[in-house]
Amino acid sequence: MISKDNILEVQDLKTYFYTSRGVVKAVDGVSFALKRGETLGLVGESGCGKSITCFSLIRLVPRPAGRIVGGRVLFEGEDLLTKSEKEMTRIRGRRITMILQDPMMSLNPLFTIGEQVAEPIRIHQKLGKLEVWEKVKEMLRLVHIPSPEVRMREYPHQMSGGMRQRISGAMTLSCQPDILIADEPTTALDVTIQAQFISLLKEIQQQAKLSMIVVTHDFGIVARICDRVAVMYAGKLVESAVTRELFNNPIHPYTIALLNSVPKMEVKVDRLYSIEGQPPELHALPPGCSFSPRCPDVKEVCLKDYPPQKEIKLGHYASCWLHG
Amino acid sequence: MVRYILRRIVQAGICLLGISVIVFSLSHLSGDPALLMAPPEAKPEDIEALRVMLGLDKPLHIQFWLFISKAVQGDFGESVRWGKPCLEVWLMRFPNTLLLGVAAMMFTLVVGIPTGILSAVRAGGWFDNFGKAFALAGQSMPVFWVGLMLILIFSVTLRWLPTSGIDSWQHLIMPSFTLGWYFTSAITRLTRSAMLDILDSEYIKMARIKGVPEFLVILKHGFRNAMIPVVTLAALNIVTLLNGTVITETVFNWPGIGRLIVDSIFARDYPMVQTCVLIASGLFISANLFVDILYAYIDPRIKYH
Amino acid sequence: MISSHPARETEKTVQVSGRFHWIKIKGAIWRIPWAPVTILLIFLICGIFGNFISPHDPMKTNLAEAKTPPFWVKGGSTEHLLGTDVFGRDILSRIIKGAAISLQVGFAVVVFAGALGTMIALLSGYLGGWVDVVLMRITDMFLSMPYLMVAIALAAVLGPSKNNIILIMGVLGWAGYARVLRGEVLRVKGADFIKLAIVARASKARIMLRHIFPNIINTLVVLATLQLGVVIIMESSLSFLGLGVPPPDPAWGSMVADGRVLLFTSWWVSTWPGIAILLVVMSFNLLGDWLRLRLDPKFRQL
Repeated sequence: MISKDNILEVQDLKTYFYTSRGVVKAVDGVSFALKRGETLGLVGESGCGKSITCFSLIRLVPRPAGRIVGGRVLFEGEDLLTKSEKEMTRIRGRRITMILQDPMMSLNPLFTIGEQVAEPIRIHQKLGKLEVWEKVKEMLRLVHIPSPEVRMREYPHQMSGGMRQRISGAMTLSCQPDILIADEPTTALDVTIQAQFISLLKEIQQQAKLSMIVVTHDFGIVARICDRVAVMYAGKLVESAVTRELFNNPIHPYTIALLNSVPKMEVKVDRLYSIEGQPPELHALPPGCSFSPRCPDVKEVCLKDYPPQKEIKLGHYASCWLHG
Repeated sequence: MVRYILRRIVQAGICLLGISVIVFSLSHLSGDPALLMAPPEAKPEDIEALRVMLGLDKPLHIQFWLFISKAVQGDFGESVRWGKPCLEVWLMRFPNTLLLGVAAMMFTLVVGIPTGILSAVRAGGWFDNFGKAFALAGQSMPVFWVGLMLILIFSVTLRWLPTSGIDSWQHLIMPSFTLGWYFTSAITRLTRSAMLDILDSEYIKMARIKGVPEFLVILKHGFRNAMIPVVTLAALNIVTLLNGTVITETVFNWPGIGRLIVDSIFARDYPMVQTCVLIASGLFISANLFVDILYAYIDPRIKYH
Repeated sequence: MISSHPARETEKTVQVSGRFHWIKIKGAIWRIPWAPVTILLIFLICGIFGNFISPHDPMKTNLAEAKTPPFWVKGGSTEHLLGTDVFGRDILSRIIKGAAISLQVGFAVVVFAGALGTMIALLSGYLGGWVDVVLMRITDMFLSMPYLMVAIALAAVLGPSKNNIILIMGVLGWAGYARVLRGEVLRVKGADFIKLAIVARASKARIMLRHIFPNIINTLVVLATLQLGVVIIMESSLSFLGLGVPPPDPAWGSMVADGRVLLFTSWWVSTWPGIAILLVVMSFNLLGDWLRLRLDPKFRQL
């Protein structure tokens, strides 16, 4: 899959957590690629490993229990997993950044907004004092924060949730990164603010030619903003395709089930669809395909071996024994 | 809020009163005070005269009232052993104890805080486990033994430090370390848990995401936030150290209040004992009162307790 | 490529720079902590059967053999394994006898203060109203006293003796139990089976004793175990100052005090009693922590 268009290539990434209950395979052989300027959506239930995957990309897996034990993360051809910590700190914030889910907690309560937005600028760029503040104001304007000069001196608790999330955006985008990872960026926001924020992300992406990975469990957001979608289940990537293709022709039973779970406005049903069974305990995965206990079309081979990832149609990958 | 403060003040007052009763009865419980304080060869008439002079012929509650009212004005009577007003003797010795207390607090912070930080950053690592074991052992050792063992190591064996007295800064090292002994593990534990709590927060993750180097993440973002509870506790507990001075000063022959109490007890100098215990209790109770009021300001949930 | 899944995945070492953390699988929380229990049993045996296992009479003086060092030091002998003090008394025997003293005082104080504290907690928590207010005020008063100072003052007045310090420490110590157990009583009070008992017209006393008390015993036991260590340290501190168990009884604290003047010549006189205290208190602390985990994992604050 190595190609020049791909700004990021993840190959067989494995991140395990070593706990007293056993080894939790949070990310177990995940492979995907991100093209320049593309927005990739990463969807799945809570606990499927999407967030850990993102943290693994920039090597911020919670220690000491968590460890990246395998795979490669090729950023513009270079494997991030082999870099030194010092090199990584230069990449984080500068080339690859992330927005976290909870805007309330992402900002340090003791420092002013200006301070926190200025921090990455000071670390990664050599600018004079005044230039730094100018940049801060510019970033705040970019994310539509009114009167940035005033806001700069204020503290996080004086801001609303939507503003705080936008300030997070300003913090992370100040050094013109190549990749932005957004971990459930709208989950903690009000519905009306969500739409605003998503529009903002799209706007910034177009301006800055940003490549994005958006982690979400909300298909609405996927539809609005993602070019490609990848579906994760129990630490593995089960299907990935162009968004429209995935919505119209889902292949993996889990994807089908997920899409069915989203209630449709036009269709009247007696019962809401829900997937039978429970997501598996990650330290005690069943042999074979992890979805087999809940799969309506399960075959015998599904219980024995994990299906390899195959390109079923052009650009549409899935790991399922039902298809090849 | 105000009601809470008033309630606490009244409580403190009652507590102090209770202690005063105990202290007052000290000299009376162990026999006739006049008899105790008079020189051995005194004749019965002299003892009687002494009794009148000390007001011992009056009813007990009047004596107590006199005792209290005089104490409030600073008149604690005269020390039998020193022949001077008790308060004067106390004031002479107090600076030494204060010095010791402050030095102990410094020691505690200098040792405890970095240990706590390092334990948190390398949680579960060998340093952390070693720290926990050390703290456990430390809490299980009586302070007087710690002091003596320190003397054994540093004075007797290594001959680096002097054993007792107050003449130079070297004299200060072991006593302040000993005095701060128990408190150090408390500070370490508090710093560690405060840091752990904070190191888990989103803004710490965010700082790392921004590319802030790890040591800055810990110190600038982590430590600053963690310091609030730690410093508060440290400041508030300076008076708890008071309790420990009795033992520490005895072990190191430090001429402070702690040793004064013990010496006075053995010299049967009850006015002095009364003075010391009363003042110490008063300070202790006032400090706790201050702490409670301060906390009520900081955390409004407390007053609805 | 078909990836196989062996039952146990071996970790593949990746060139991830950074520290490796060795992983420990803990399952040991539920096992009995044999180390502290063994130590405590040993001391308990010393305390009860001291007279039989002592190599020498702990009180017997023998000036000819005064200040003998432990047997592995030059000048020592296996006659006196841990050496002798300034009067020629065998240290090991005195430590064995001292175990009896420390444990007796410890248990007595804990039982006394615990009983008193529990009673007050039950009355205060269950009856509520002005009883609660008054009792809690008194409890607060006792809690805000500078413990050691008052203990010293009282000990000075009453005179040093084993019974006196048991009394003093019991009287000063019940407040801690009362405060914590009252919280527990309040917690249990709201339970349904209490309401059932009230409906069944059980008397207040009966409810307190038969229904509430068994449910706060867990907390009481943990508290008591942890307090044992505290009491032993207190007692040894008082004895060290000469205000606790008086000589010639070999209280560990007094033994340390005895050795104080001998530090430069006979280090062992002060060292061994201190180690004994350390072992016993540490074992009680470990045991108490284990009990706390075992009996009530939510019980964090102490």
